[in-house]
Formats: sequence, C-alpha cells, structure tokens
Amino acid sequence: MSELRLMKGNEALAEAAIRAGVDAYYGYPITPQSEVMEYLMAANPEKTTGMVVLQAESEVASINMVYGAAGAGKMAMTSSSSPGVSLMQEGISYIAGAELPCVVVNVVRGGPGLGTIQPSQADYFQTVKGGGHGDYKLITLAPASVQEMSDFMRLAFELAFKYRNPAMILSDGAIGQMMEKVELFDPIPRRTDEEVAQQCPWATTGRKRGTQKRVITSLRLVASVQEEFNIKLQKKYKQIQENEVRCEMIGCEDAQFVIVAYGSSARTSMKAVELARKSGLRAGLLRPQTLWPFPTKELRSLAERGVQGFLSVEMSAGQMVEDVRLAVNGRSRVEHFGRMGGVIASPSDIFEALKQFAAGEKKLF
Amino acid sequence: MELEDIIKEENIVFKKTKLLNDKPLSYCPGCGHGTVHRILMETLEELGIDEQTIGIAPVGCAVMAYEFMEIDMQEAAHGRAPALATGIKRVYPNKYVFTYQGDGDLAAIGTAETMHCCNRGENILIIFINNGIYGMTGGQMAPTTLEGAKTSTSPYGRDVSTMGYPIRITELIAQLPAVRYVTRQSVHTPAAVRKAKAAIKKAFEYQAEGKQGTCFIEFLSNCNSGWKMSAVQANKWMEENTFKYYVPGDIKDNFKLLKNPIVEL
Ligand SMILES: Cc1ncc(C[n+]2csc(CCOP(=O)(O)OP(=O)(O)O)c2C)c(N)n1
Ligand code: SF4
Repeated sequence: MSELRLMKGNEALAEAAIRAGVDAYYGYPITPQSEVMEYLMAANPEKTTGMVVLQAESEVASINMVYGAAGAGKMAMTSSSSPGVSLMQEGISYIAGAELPCVVVNVVRGGPGLGTIQPSQADYFQTVKGGGHGDYKLITLAPASVQEMSDFMRLAFELAFKYRNPAMILSDGAIGQMMEKVELFDPIPRRTDEEVAQQCPWATTGRKRGTQKRVITSLRLVASVQEEFNIKLQKKYKQIQENEVRCEMIGCEDAQFVIVAYGSSARTSMKAVELARKSGLRAGLLRPQTLWPFPTKELRSLAERGVQGFLSVEMSAGQMVEDVRLAVNGRSRVEHFGRMGGVIASPSDIFEALKQFAAGEKKLF
Repeated sequence: MELEDIIKEENIVFKKTKLLNDKPLSYCPGCGHGTVHRILMETLEELGIDEQTIGIAPVGCAVMAYEFMEIDMQEAAHGRAPALATGIKRVYPNKYVFTYQGDGDLAAIGTAETMHCCNRGENILIIFINNGIYGMTGGQMAPTTLEGAKTSTSPYGRDVSTMGYPIRITELIAQLPAVRYVTRQSVHTPAAVRKAKAAIKKAFEYQAEGKQGTCFIEFLSNCNSGWKMSAVQANKWMEENTFKYYVPGDIKDNFKLLKNPIVEL
C-alpha cells in the first residue's frame, strides 16, 4: 500500500530501496548519509524481502561488491558522501566499462579533502564529467525533496537496467537530513532467480553446459575492439540524452530571468523566485531532475524565446554553470551565484543576487 | 601394433577437461598459472559443479583467465576480487564462488579486501598464486619477494630495512577465526600437482556445506620470466629458497591451526 510518512531524506531513500525490490546494499558509514545503512540494518529486510545489507570495510570494497552482485544480474546499490564517493571512482569506471546496472547514492558534503559535513553541491563535476577514468557517463538524478529521495530510488534502478548503465543519485546533506512528508510507493517484490536469469541473459549466474559462458569484464586489449566498444557506449549515451532528460520549469513561460538550480538550491531558489515576482521582476526556475542527461534543449529554447539571463545557483564555486553556458551558447547572459563550504545561501541572498544580475552586475559573490 | 590401433576411444587414459578450451594459454612455458588453471577446472568438472560456479579473475598475468576457463566469470579491478566474490556470494549463497589472485593483487593492493573477506568468513575459495614478483608488469618487487632477491624495482636485492619484509599473508589469514581451511601448495612436480588438486577438491567440498568459513589455498609458483631463469632452474630455485620461507603444507583445517604459523628462520 502506498503510505504516508514523516521521514528524513536518507531514511526515505533506504525504505524506498527495500520497496523497490533491491537485492543488496553494500556500504560504509559516513556523515551525512549514515542513516541509510542504519535504517536498513534496523529494518532487517533480509528477514522480509530477502534483501542483503552488508557493512563493508571501505567504499572501495562496497562499490566492488556492487560490481559483483550487479554482474550476476542483481539489483545492487551503495551510498556514501563525497570523500567515500571519491574512493569509489575506480569501481564506478569499471562498472561503466563492464556495462553493469547499479545505483550509487552521493549525499554530498563540502570539500575538498575531509572538508565539512555540511551540505554542498561541489561534486557536480565529479559526477557528470567523469570522476573515474575513461569516457563514460553516469545517469544522474538530483532529488530536491524527501519525496524524490524515495521516487528516484526506483527510477534510478529502472534507468540503470534499461540502459545497463550505472546511475547516481546526487543528493546533498540538506535533502538527506531534513524531514518531510513522503508518500511511499507500494512494495515491488524482489525478482526471483529465474526472473533474473530471464531478464539478464548476460549475467554470470553459472554457465549451463552447452551454452555460451558469460564474462563480465571491462578489459579490451586490442585498440580497435576498445574503440568499437567506446562507439557503442557513445551511441547508448546519445539515446539516453534523447530520451531521459527530466526537469521541472516554474514560471518560465514569461520569465525574463531564469534561475537554474537543482537539489536543495532549487528549494531556496524557488523562494527567491517568489520574492522576485512580488517585487515585479519576472523570474522563473528551471530545476534539472537529471543532471546527466542535462536539460540542454530546454534551456536553449528558453534562450531562443528571449530569456535575458540565466543565473545558475549552486552550493559550489560554479560547476553546473558551465553546462548552462554550453546550452545557452551565447544567446543570453549566464552567471553563477552560490555559497561554498557547506554554507547555504538564503532566499533573500539569492533574490539580491538575481536583482544585481538583472541590473547587469557580473560579480555576484 | 600400428599407431591407429592405439589411438582409440577405449584406450584413452587422460583427457583435457572440457572446462578449459583450446586457446593457447597466454602464460610463459613452465609457469604455474597454467597448471593451476587445469587442476581447478578439472576439479569443477569432476565435482560436477561447473554450472553453479562463478569465478573472479584478477589483474595480473591471470587477467584473462576467463578466456581459457569455460565457466561464467567476472574480471575484477586490481586487488578487488574478494569484494566482487562477496557481492556475488551474498546474493547467491548456493552458488560456488572462487577468486584467483596473484601476490601483488592479493597481498599488496588488495590486502584490505582479502583480509576482510576472510574475516567475515565469506564462503568462497581464494586461490592465491605466490610467485614472489609482479609477473604481468615485467618483474617488479612484490610484497612476497624474498629478502635479497633482485627484481626490476629492487635491482640491488630486496633490502628489508627500507622495503619491508616478505609478507606471509597466508599465515596472517590463518589467524582469522572465520577462516576454515588454509593450505600452501605448489604445482612444480607431478606429486605436488596431485596434492594441490586434492586441496582444491576439499575446499569446494567445504564450500558445499554452506556458510562456515573461507577456504584459502596458496600456490607457490615460479615466474621464470620474471626471475630470469629457465623453468627448470626456477623450480629448483623455488625448492631451495622459497620453500624455506614459505613452508608448504596445511596450516589450518576446520578452524584448527595445525602448526605454529610463525615459522622460525
Ligand atoms: C590500480 C592498478 N594499479 C596498477 C596496475 C598495474 N598492474 C597490473 S598487474 C600488476 C601486478 C601483478 O602482479 P601479481 O598480482 O603478483 O600477479 P602476476 O602477474 O605475478 O601473476 C600491476 C601492478 C593496475 N592494473 N591497476
Ligand atoms: S610472467 Fe611470470 S607469472 Fe606471468 S606467465 Fe610468465 S612466468 Fe607466469
């Protein structure tokens, strides 16, 4: 039964994992997302759905456990925060190179280094521009509410399996820690081993005699073979770009200025848009729900329609702003406004920045 | 009697296991990797468990083990095979899982994954090929390289005061309470091969009994290319040097330590 509950973002995500029929969670504690594993351990889904929950010795181990289970066709996931996700990059690259479906959650905190446990969005580049080595892409979902922490859990697995590609839920410490009302979806039963074998003929579940063996690998020693694979990946990525962009647009129809923001920045930006509208400034919000694929077309058409400027609001030194610039491609002005290091810009800070931006100011912080 | 009279189905006394294909092995002639591949696949065939087995290949000379072994396999990042094995075994507790790792893979970059996999007592078999060197990358020092031994990154011999001691990781593993069976074998003589194969068989039989503990088999092997010797010389050198520091034999069985693992030098 769909069910209404008051939950933390991290808890909603964990509950959604159980309800989505996930087979295995492998993780290592780190603030601000430790509630994910704590919730799962307390819920003990091994007794109900049969979902495995295991505390690994490191994030390196967690992501490689995910590789193993995903390579055997199971729905496997891990979650961490920035320093831990940095450790996972090798594994994520291998998973992309072996075309395995899985979900990685990053509840981002401020960096670089050990940084701060306060919320941040400074891992955007790491997530959508690579992070690990080689040409690969992560399907990246950016929840902006506790509700989306739950909904995107299921969506991330759907997309990961649809394209045999790792998916990332890029959240932040604020969304992970805050409590909100959430409508939980009805539990989906975990797939049986027979269903896994049927749906994932590529999975290593033991080779039946007289059939082809299955090999999960990212190794392609011959350059031409590797290139052929790279071309195949790029084709897949193009397909994802064409079909899977998701974003929310609020007040953009008549907006002269549009704020582009995701995650918790989108929430504060929404308030700033309201303040602007009250003051007579026609502002709107474009909130990417997928960061890769990025809503390039949507931004471009807003620019073509005559939006005068786009303000990228991020809790970072300005990362997504580069993708906004690429999308707008010189048609309108683009600037960034944001705080760093775990500091959250208030709606009035953003409103001020927007006013200055509208007045032609360039340096906003 | 003509040759044709002898080459007949009923006269066959030995056949290559079907679980190894006919591709030429990528290993140097006389290297232990090939022999361990063979007895491993023979054992799966003899036990009839190949359809339920998933193997994990390492990064090292055996990186392409899956090219030769006709079973479902996954290729891990360098050192991470035990984590992959854990991931698989936890979601398929009734399947057989083994890792196949070199000494750089298992005792250097993958030490944490190996130790913790064993500490959890994952019900898998870890196959550890100790050739005292990094074979694949061209003969650099491994954590297992003997004191004084010359490699491309210890050209004046391993100096333990700056490079550390050759690690007896197998003895360390044996200390972990969740580890069920630990043995050190070699495949350099027919007699050694027979014993080694019996050890593999025992490990899979233990695995069949359900989650009880990890099985760990070290194979002392030559890396004749890396050691810059002929295969025969390398095996002789191994008997005279390696066997003194890494003493062959069973170390632990059914959770009982069989000998003081800290061998006197
Ligand atoms: C992260 C990473 N670091 C380094 C390497 C390079 N590398 C490949 S194989 C290897 C050592 C292999 O030695 P060992 O595990 O002893 O296996 P052997 O080749 O001797 O069988 C190294 C360092 C790599 N592939 N990945
Ligand atoms: S380099 Fe050494 S370990 Fe590798 S195949 Fe040759 S002899 Fe064997």
